[in-house]
Amino acid sequence: MKVTPAVLNTKATNTWCPGCGNFSILTALKKAIVELNIRPEKVVVITGIGCHGKLGDYINVNSFHTIHGRVLPLATGIKLANRELLVIGFAGDGDAYAIGLGHLPHAARRNIDIKYIVHNNMVFGLTTGQVTPTTPKGMKTRSTPYGNPEEPLNPLALVLTSGATFVARGFSGNLSHLTWLFKEAIKHRGFAFIDVLQPCYTFYNTYDFFRKRVYDLQKEGHDITDFDAALKKAYEWGERIPIGIFYKVSKPTFEDEIPQLQGSPMALRDISNVDVSKAYGLLK
Amino acid sequence: MGGKLRFTYLVGGEAGMGVAAAGRMLAKTFTRGGYFVHGMIDYPSLIRGGHNFYLATVSDERVWSQYFNPDIMIALNIDTIKKHSHRLLKGSGIITDYDFKLDGLQLADGVKIYRIPLTKIVKELKASLIVRNSVALGALMALIGFDLEILLKVIGKELGKHREIAEINIKAAKAGYEYSRSNFGVGSFAKIKPKGDSGNLVITGNEAVALGALRAGMKTYFAYPMTPASPILHFLALVQHDFDVVVVQPESEIAAINMAVGAWYAGSRSMVATSGGGFCLMTEALGQAAMTETPVVVVIAQRPGPSTGMPTYTSQGDLRFTIHASQGEFPRFVIAPGDSEEAFYLTVKAFNMAEKYQVPAIILTDKHLAESHATVPEFDLNKARVERGKIITGEYKGEEEYRRFKLTEDGISPMAIPGTLNAIVKVNSSEHNEFGYATANEANATRMMEKRFRKLRLMREEVENLPESVKIYGHRSSSTAIISWGSTKGAILEALKIIKERGADLKFIQVVFLAPFPEKRVREALKGVNKLILVENNYTGQLESLLREFLLRPVDERILKYNGRPFFPKELAEKILEVIK
Repeated sequence: MKVTPAVLNTKATNTWCPGCGNFSILTALKKAIVELNIRPEKVVVITGIGCHGKLGDYINVNSFHTIHGRVLPLATGIKLANRELLVIGFAGDGDAYAIGLGHLPHAARRNIDIKYIVHNNMVFGLTTGQVTPTTPKGMKTRSTPYGNPEEPLNPLALVLTSGATFVARGFSGNLSHLTWLFKEAIKHRGFAFIDVLQPCYTFYNTYDFFRKRVYDLQKEGHDITDFDAALKKAYEWGERIPIGIFYKVSKPTFEDEIPQLQGSPMALRDISNVDVSKAYGLLK
Repeated sequence: MGGKLRFTYLVGGEAGMGVAAAGRMLAKTFTRGGYFVHGMIDYPSLIRGGHNFYLATVSDERVWSQYFNPDIMIALNIDTIKKHSHRLLKGSGIITDYDFKLDGLQLADGVKIYRIPLTKIVKELKASLIVRNSVALGALMALIGFDLEILLKVIGKELGKHREIAEINIKAAKAGYEYSRSNFGVGSFAKIKPKGDSGNLVITGNEAVALGALRAGMKTYFAYPMTPASPILHFLALVQHDFDVVVVQPESEIAAINMAVGAWYAGSRSMVATSGGGFCLMTEALGQAAMTETPVVVVIAQRPGPSTGMPTYTSQGDLRFTIHASQGEFPRFVIAPGDSEEAFYLTVKAFNMAEKYQVPAIILTDKHLAESHATVPEFDLNKARVERGKIITGEYKGEEEYRRFKLTEDGISPMAIPGTLNAIVKVNSSEHNEFGYATANEANATRMMEKRFRKLRLMREEVENLPESVKIYGHRSSSTAIISWGSTKGAILEALKIIKERGADLKFIQVVFLAPFPEKRVREALKGVNKLILVENNYTGQLESLLREFLLRPVDERILKYNGRPFFPKELAEKILEVIK
């Protein structure tokens, strides 16, 4: 079966604002699936709460629109139940870095084979413009009318130091690069993290800001296996902002470490008559 | 007792002295010798020091609770005697260390003290001090005329992971036996003869739940440690390779339940276990399971609250919380086993029902059930069968496009799992249409709420048709009845024996399914009852509030205990006799 873009369309009406960075993330995802020719039934997309959360409605693959901040544990459960699925989590910066941050370093160090794409527009959009952990210091939002008093979080540095095996940054204004990143993340065995810089057209339009500053790491001879170099690049934020793959190494996945996961998916094992008497020895 | 044996032992000492191990090994020894045991462990939340004790009653018939007054007490430190001297009645005995200074102890008349050189013996064996527990166990075997070999076999098996440790403990037990035999004589305290081993299990509520989950085909288990539910995690982690089950300890209870929901969405039967505090963190995802109609099994081993409360003690304070937890309205099962045997069978049932109706099923236990040992017969696996729900795997063959939330007469939509060919499985924690797309359309919202609640009608019907949803014990036509739920069953059944000896024969109604509430069955059980006595391990009498809600029936007397300790049979019998005077 040849997967075509039309197969991936749904009947749901898109309600994102015109100019929203989410469109290119959705398009890049569809292009990646089409170009890698992955059957829609084999893909599960998990989305959190926020504007990005509607992404599952707009692509014809399996999807789970979960509660706020829980994309990673949901995705982890799905992957453990069925290793044959391509499991991709999507979260906003509020979802991933505020309420759901507690899951991120653990998913990274576990190196479970799921993909995690963060729509980082540095503001809460769906709740109409409050501060998030990546909002720049001093910025006025509806919840910080006198300016944000907090320093923003550095997601890439956090994920790198947590042990992630694939760490990247994309920009919604560069669709072909984003598509390439998604394909690389999908092909990577292990936890793949992509922070996508995107404007919130209505509450924080950073399009021009980023367009002028982003540059492609891969065009500047960056060694993706050099952890120290990756960490250094993660702190580069000013006149120039790097996008691309910061770090990529191969390590055993969480699933590799669990012998009982080898073989057919857990979800399809025969459970009709489990002989529990083999545990009786412990109880006598 | 009508000639029946009822022998109670207490082992006490500091944390780290091997109190729990000694208590458990004795429980296994008596079980291997053909007796029934019920034993509880009492311990504060610390690792070294403090005071722990294990209290168990041995009988030649099924025993449902441990009695308060030990016949024999193994005191591994002097503190044990001081703390428990009030429990010792005339004729009881103490096994303790020769080296302890016992002057000034207040003991009842006729308490016999067996001073065994516990410390001296372990020093001679060049063993660590913890081995004193085995010396004392050996001494006990001689004093009651029990077969030492049975104890030695149990020690060999329990400690067999480290051969040297097992061997030194066996030597210690032999030395204790020998000292006791030559200084006091075999059977000098009591005569308990071993009978044939009937192969019974010694199992805690936690272990029974774990075993039930394995029988039910659980393939993925997620839990963050929390007393008193952690032993489920330990047990499953230990046997994960034998049963091909994935056991994960994630970063929080929130992660645990979301992983479980994700895993069952993808087709793997999943469970989480925790206590009240952990369940507080899980409640949002419980609602998510309900909204996405994803089955999940949640075990709550209650402990006293509010907040951290007393982590290692028991309570039934979370009944109403469990019934209502999470925002919005949705159907769920809440099932409260009263003993380890029920815990096994009801766990299997919880999995089947969760999957059949695609709803959360909650198994509500408490520390007393979760961590106490009981001798039970091997399980009848024919009575614990997997019944799958409407699951679609492989290929969806329907003519129309697959709809995860298809509106059906019974409210249950066939559940394809992701990966099924020709089925795109979309689920949504937001209100959604039949395909799983989010919508706030008013007509759709009405239809979907009604669809989810059509399941409740069938769930209630199934519970009402289930004989074990409400169990009746004792004198069925008695006009005085006790009503309760959960682990209080044990003390109540023993109290009924005592009350019967005093000439009153009462009825006991155990409500096993708390949601959906088996209204008809309870009403039937209450027919002819003009004095209804409530027994609960909480302050507010939460079962009574359900009786008022569903049957408009208050209780007449309330016996409530909320100090973290379970009821004891005699204490409870006295209280019941008081209110029926």
